Amino acid sequence: MSAFAIVTKNVIFNSFPKLSFSLSPSSAIQFIRFPTSSIPANPLASLTQQFIPRTASLISRATSSSSAASSTTFHGLCYVVGDNIDTDQIIPAEYLTLVPSKPEEYEQLGSYALIGLPSSYTTRFIEPNQMKTKYSIVIAGANFGCGSSREHAPVALGASGVAAVVAESYARIFFRNSVATGEVYPLETEVRICEECKTGDVVTVELGDSRLINHTTGKEYKLKPIGDAGPVIEAGGIFAYARKTGMIPSHSA
Amino acid sequence: MASSLTAPTFSSFLHSKKDSGLSAFASTSPLSAQRCQNTVSKKICCSVVAPQQSERKPYSTGSVKTAMTMTEKILARASEKPHLSPGDNVWVNIDILMTHDVCGPGSIGIFKREFGEDAKVWDREKVVIIPDHYIFTSDVRANRNVDILRDFCQEQNIKYFYDIKDLSNFKANPDYKGVCHVALAQEGHCRPGEVLLGTDSHTCTAGAFGQFATGIGNTDAGFVLGTGKLLLKVPPTLRFVMDGEMPPYLLAKDLILQIIGEISMAGATYKAMEFVGTTIESLNMEERMTLCNMVVEAGGKNGVIPADSTTYKYLEDRTSVPYEPVYSDSQASFLSEYRFDVSKLEPLVAKPHSPDNRALARECKDVKIDRVYIGSCTGGKTEDFMAAAKVFLASGKKVKVPTFLVPATQKVWMDLYGIPVPGSGGKTCSQIFEEAGCDTPASPSCGACLGGPKDTYARLNEPQINKLEHSMQVCVSTTNRNFPGRMGHKEGQVYLASPYTAAASALTGFVTDPREFLQ
Ligand code: SF4
Repeated sequence: MSAFAIVTKNVIFNSFPKLSFSLSPSSAIQFIRFPTSSIPANPLASLTQQFIPRTASLISRATSSSSAASSTTFHGLCYVVGDNIDTDQIIPAEYLTLVPSKPEEYEQLGSYALIGLPSSYTTRFIEPNQMKTKYSIVIAGANFGCGSSREHAPVALGASGVAAVVAESYARIFFRNSVATGEVYPLETEVRICEECKTGDVVTVELGDSRLINHTTGKEYKLKPIGDAGPVIEAGGIFAYARKTGMIPSHSA
Repeated sequence: MASSLTAPTFSSFLHSKKDSGLSAFASTSPLSAQRCQNTVSKKICCSVVAPQQSERKPYSTGSVKTAMTMTEKILARASEKPHLSPGDNVWVNIDILMTHDVCGPGSIGIFKREFGEDAKVWDREKVVIIPDHYIFTSDVRANRNVDILRDFCQEQNIKYFYDIKDLSNFKANPDYKGVCHVALAQEGHCRPGEVLLGTDSHTCTAGAFGQFATGIGNTDAGFVLGTGKLLLKVPPTLRFVMDGEMPPYLLAKDLILQIIGEISMAGATYKAMEFVGTTIESLNMEERMTLCNMVVEAGGKNGVIPADSTTYKYLEDRTSVPYEPVYSDSQASFLSEYRFDVSKLEPLVAKPHSPDNRALARECKDVKIDRVYIGSCTGGKTEDFMAAAKVFLASGKKVKVPTFLVPATQKVWMDLYGIPVPGSGGKTCSQIFEEAGCDTPASPSCGACLGGPKDTYARLNEPQINKLEHSMQVCVSTTNRNFPGRMGHKEGQVYLASPYTAAASALTGFVTDPREFLQ
């Protein structure tokens, strides 16, 4: 299934837009690209006011105000991992021959997300023979995404259907790649929630209120503000940011 | 005997001076000023005093109000700003962008998508493309990725493309180099004072040349290809002062394993790591590269070593591009400073499954091993093989486990067959390795450093070798990462070690302190 996001009515959905859309200051919504696969029935859909498959989340921020981020909410099952999950575990090197900018290979990359976790993780992130994960939120400990600079790591997570990672901290390059590609939101918590959440718990991430709610345990946690990455994320990634600030000419494609 | 030595605690070698003051205006802070005076009185300050005073421009001058670290100065110059402080976000002009066969095709894809099919790279002489990761494999996608690089380089007339076409015999490819970080240095692309970005986390290796070098992703690289610029955040600097004579059984690998063990795998996240001190000054360029190579294993954004006569000597025949080194001002502000007395350190390993899982090599003497791997950008340079050969030569024995040798580049490979090992009566490394019963040196590439396709030479493919003895396959390796699955099978156990320790372990079949053979 695709990851999905809840948006409150009449507020622009504001996930990181993928970088392949055009930005124009004249309209808020350039186009919405629906995935070729049909939208799956979702057991959690009743909790949503509206749900949009992640690949349809291509909405311009050019005219959306910076407060638009406050409307973004992710809801779904979480998958919990520990500290120092490196990029070899997120996407082992043998799959790096897949080129993320090629659409079929992007999908394939997603199907291998977190396949490198040791067998001590008895619940697998993606069921055998599935292309997508049922967990739209990954919860991790410290230093998530350490190791190689491969952008395949946030891309594989995003392609598998993950909307956000919530970790105690990130390795620099993973954080940067997540922001630059807009594949997943790299969010940070103040406490080690990886010890308080279990794989399969139902959670909601509310960006506006900077909080994560675990509905299974009934606990609520504070998220750290996104900080310096904010302006780039607001713009929609490095290319959109550069176009917005006049660094590079507007996309004419 | 190694085992008869006492084991002082690690922390006894370390004095950390934490300083929370991030201000680069050091003179305004009494605390910083006082610290700087202390530093000035110490010998290590020699290493941060700049030669070539006459050539220095304002941004590299240590005026009181704009005291900066090396990293800050390099970024200030590249962003055309008089002064920068940690945390500043600036558009930086990039001197060199490097990419390889794993991330190049994706970066090219993003470049074309964003700038158009007919777009040209910002500077055909500043893009360096080095196929090195998945070369000697029949994996069709891996082969296709090298073809994508070749097509792009032809189309863009890229000046520095180190191509390989004949996979059956690397020697038939005069342009082919091998592991990108070692090739960048050998080919003269690493120069003091410059900014080098690469789509590989170990791009930080080039900091050994006194430049700012860090790894980026495909999207950032696609952006740089089109613009020659990138938005970078200025990191605060941690300073590591390494003093004392390097004992003959230690290598730079031991120093960096010591540091990573001390500050942990996330200890330098978002930060620059600057290495100074008498020990650093005594290291040759390849050893300095080993040190900077692994800063990313501590989370570091970049590592940096002040350029000196060793650096200039290395660059002499390699580049004709003028460069201008910069140095940290004596009053620059460091986030913290760590001091090590290198003469008291012992050979180390990083145990599975984390580079900060430090232990003394001799503490692991009961760990039985199945193989030894000498290779990669960290431990597959000429000096690394010379070090291993020295241990084999000193012992005169044969290895007890399969010992795989993967030279980083074609040049390293030639050195193994061409340069006599000191004290051997004229034997080359390859002769010594053969006599010790090692595998023949393989074709230069990343090899099994990161696992790779299943047919990669020396890859850890089986979870276990011998069910009766112990369950997991154990490898002592001169590489840089030992996360689960890094060298192939995710249950494999990798001990990271120096070439000395790796060679000593090959001779005994257990993790072994090289002093067993080197004393
Ligand atoms: S040798 Fe290993 S660490 Fe170095 S660039 Fe190649 S894969 Fe990366």
